[in-house]
Amino acid sequence: MEQILAQAKRVAEEAEVFMVSAEEAPVQFEANRLKHIQSKQSSCVALRIIRDGKMGYATTTELGDSQNLVNAALETAQFGMIAKFELPSLTRYPEIEVFDPRVESVSIEEMIKLGQELIATVRGHTPDIVCEAGVNKEIISVHIINSRGGQANYRQSVFSLGIEGHLIRDTDMLFVGEVQSSCHPLLEPKAVTGEVLQQLELAKNRASAPSKPLPVVFTPRGVASALILPLMVAFNGKIVLEGASPIGNRLGQPVFDEKLWLWDDSTIAYRPESRPCDDEGIPSQRTPLIEQGRVANFLYDLQTAALAHTRSTGNGTRTGGGLPTPSPSAFIIKPGDTTFDEMVSDIKEGLVIEQLMGAEQGNILGGDFSGNVLLGYKVENGKIVGRVKNTIVSGNIYQLLKQIIAIGSETKWVGGFIQTPPLYYPTLSVASK
Amino acid sequence: MTDIQAIAHQLAEVLTQYSADYIEARLEESQSSHITYRGRELDSIGRASATGGNVRAMVKGAWGFVSFNNLNDLRGRVELAVKQAQFAGNEESQLAPVEPVVDILPTEPDKNPVVIPLADKKQLLDEYNDIIWRTPKLQTSMIGYGDSYKKVIFLNSLGSYIEQDRADVTLRLTAVATADHEVQQAVLSLGSRGDFSLIQGLHQPVEQMAEHAVELLSAPQVKGGEYTVVLDPILAGVFAHEAFGHLSESDFVYENDRLREIMTLGRRFGSSQLNIVDNATMPGLRGSYKYDDEGVPATKTYLIGEGKLVGRLHSRETAAKMKEKPTGNARAINYHYPPIVRMTNTYIEPGSASFEELIGDIKEGIYVKNWYGGTTSMEMFTFSAGEAYMIRHGKLAEPLRAVVLTGNVFTTLMNIDGIGNDLKMNQGGGCGKGGQVPLPVANGSPHIRIRHCLVGGR
Repeated sequence: MEQILAQAKRVAEEAEVFMVSAEEAPVQFEANRLKHIQSKQSSCVALRIIRDGKMGYATTTELGDSQNLVNAALETAQFGMIAKFELPSLTRYPEIEVFDPRVESVSIEEMIKLGQELIATVRGHTPDIVCEAGVNKEIISVHIINSRGGQANYRQSVFSLGIEGHLIRDTDMLFVGEVQSSCHPLLEPKAVTGEVLQQLELAKNRASAPSKPLPVVFTPRGVASALILPLMVAFNGKIVLEGASPIGNRLGQPVFDEKLWLWDDSTIAYRPESRPCDDEGIPSQRTPLIEQGRVANFLYDLQTAALAHTRSTGNGTRTGGGLPTPSPSAFIIKPGDTTFDEMVSDIKEGLVIEQLMGAEQGNILGGDFSGNVLLGYKVENGKIVGRVKNTIVSGNIYQLLKQIIAIGSETKWVGGFIQTPPLYYPTLSVASK
Repeated sequence: MTDIQAIAHQLAEVLTQYSADYIEARLEESQSSHITYRGRELDSIGRASATGGNVRAMVKGAWGFVSFNNLNDLRGRVELAVKQAQFAGNEESQLAPVEPVVDILPTEPDKNPVVIPLADKKQLLDEYNDIIWRTPKLQTSMIGYGDSYKKVIFLNSLGSYIEQDRADVTLRLTAVATADHEVQQAVLSLGSRGDFSLIQGLHQPVEQMAEHAVELLSAPQVKGGEYTVVLDPILAGVFAHEAFGHLSESDFVYENDRLREIMTLGRRFGSSQLNIVDNATMPGLRGSYKYDDEGVPATKTYLIGEGKLVGRLHSRETAAKMKEKPTGNARAINYHYPPIVRMTNTYIEPGSASFEELIGDIKEGIYVKNWYGGTTSMEMFTFSAGEAYMIRHGKLAEPLRAVVLTGNVFTTLMNIDGIGNDLKMNQGGGCGKGGQVPLPVANGSPHIRIRHCLVGGR
């Protein structure tokens, strides 16, 4: 890395070398049986340079090939965007624990046993279900150095445990599932299977939804599958800068229901989305995004922050090997004081949505969403009566989040990137057949 | 000789020295470049190169898989893959027999888009961006261009040795229009198997896209419910891929007895006019190749013939377990992943109806065009249209906001009652499955008409 930096400094005003390597060991079960044991090693170096004020960028997996890397970055710098920022010099980082050595030492035998337990528990409840399960451990190392003396190094461990079950009766299919992840080893399969068994219980009976506006409770998984993507886009400093975010010029204004609080947080100990610094070496922080319904902040990397005349929030992230760009780390919605059961018992006729399919395909920027209720339940007179199918719901998240009846008290991590309680809305458009 | 060719020759010998039921290795070398614009300005430009490989071994019905981009100690990697498979396996290995293939396909340097000067690519994107920005009421634009060229060497313990190259080009343009607190967008998504000229000369469609984004600001949202819908070839292609294609991928089916019952060959899925095909042997499309990532020759496979289920897509393992012939559909997005059963170029064969005939007798319906995305859970699918128009009394009427259509595969295919005569293949986007995304594929169809399609709306 030092050699790449030295070579780059000879031809450019500024340079930054980012290296990430990962060792991953997934164990996968198919159709209730152990099917794959894998081991994946990968490493990649990214070089960003600033020459004549413009940014150049290249990546390679061949660590020995520094001259080609520098040449490729130089070529792109002719066309690159003008760099408006300064790379960070040597910085003190917050102590955020994201590495647990016990992850490395979980044996393949133990991982197989965990997978077998997941499947046995779910099949013990529903014998004719077909399960796929995955147990994964991964160790990631990140190194950053730059021409201003900035330097960051950290190691992260990630362990995940997941199961998906398919229950098929004639042409009627039910999909249930749960995945959990942590920087600690997850050795307690019941935390995962408990969720799945509950889904199976609730979906046992069938119910039909009418085609009309109905009150709706989104479970944490429902919130993640329907409502979060538009918010992640809307709070992205880059989208704001372009004027494409519907809340971009509404900083400090009450855009959402005053019960709503949302923040982005990469500092929570032992969460897979946490880290001491972002991919540009900027210290991690907790950034309030919605406070009492008011827009509080947007998320920035170095370049976007400089263009917007503000400071990076430590959200510079490299996805898919590209240049750093603002990206949320983990979205957290503050829990309220209403239990899920209280929400359901408040509904005379309505829906509980556990998973929407296709909601991410609509007009994300505008907040419109529309999706098939892949897993959802009908509520009648305060009780869940069964699973609904062939049902599509549509709405706009900005209208929905303005009129929340209640925010749940039981909060939960979903997909690793969001922690949310259930949310209860007075009305959502439902079409069914 | 490149590095990976030299390594492949060493590996060929090593693969025969271990006691596994089957071992294969894939080695890859790739170069790529990308240019993105956000708004008026270039946002990111870069080049990447990658080298890596994997070894996959089967012992007693289970797989060990080791991927790496450090090419040292390959013998150790092979040993590890075999050991993993031995550890997991406890039944009989089944792989459909195929002849070993030794084939070195010619490189395609004239089709390598990565070597086209960045200045030329940038100039083309500048022209498109200028067109978008000439449109009044336009708030911003996004353009993502990417290309790649890779050499893949495949070898296995049966003695196969295959060298294949693959080039790919993708372009996605988005125009965003705003008014008050309203934001609307329109998208144009294209791709080719390395042919840069296919993304040139799009000035007129780019202009139409930008104008459409503005037009959407004043367009109403459709009322949710059941409609007769007519799909344009692009969206109908996505429909064929999502609604039926994924269900025909045998890795979902082969170890699931209930699904096997549902997917019995001969089962009726649609009217006798309906034919759906997956065909990797069509020349020059993004889903085209000569051999899949298990070294099996590509085929043309009828999935639906005259409305009935007549075939499905296989890897060697799924074919053996279902006692059918392998179809050459095992694909991996890159060396980090083992191959899984995937589609290639999937399309609905043309019928005889003209567009006017399809919409002529619709009193109230929706014409949906273009493509935002689609997804499936096998039984249920959703896909979304980039453009939508009401059909009133047999004629196209006012534009609508983007709509999401959803359905149940077992009823919706039956409800196709009109198939146009105008087959077109679309190469935009990519397919995702099992964490492997975006895989280059092509979809296609003529215009089709579906009765009783559920549409989301206000």
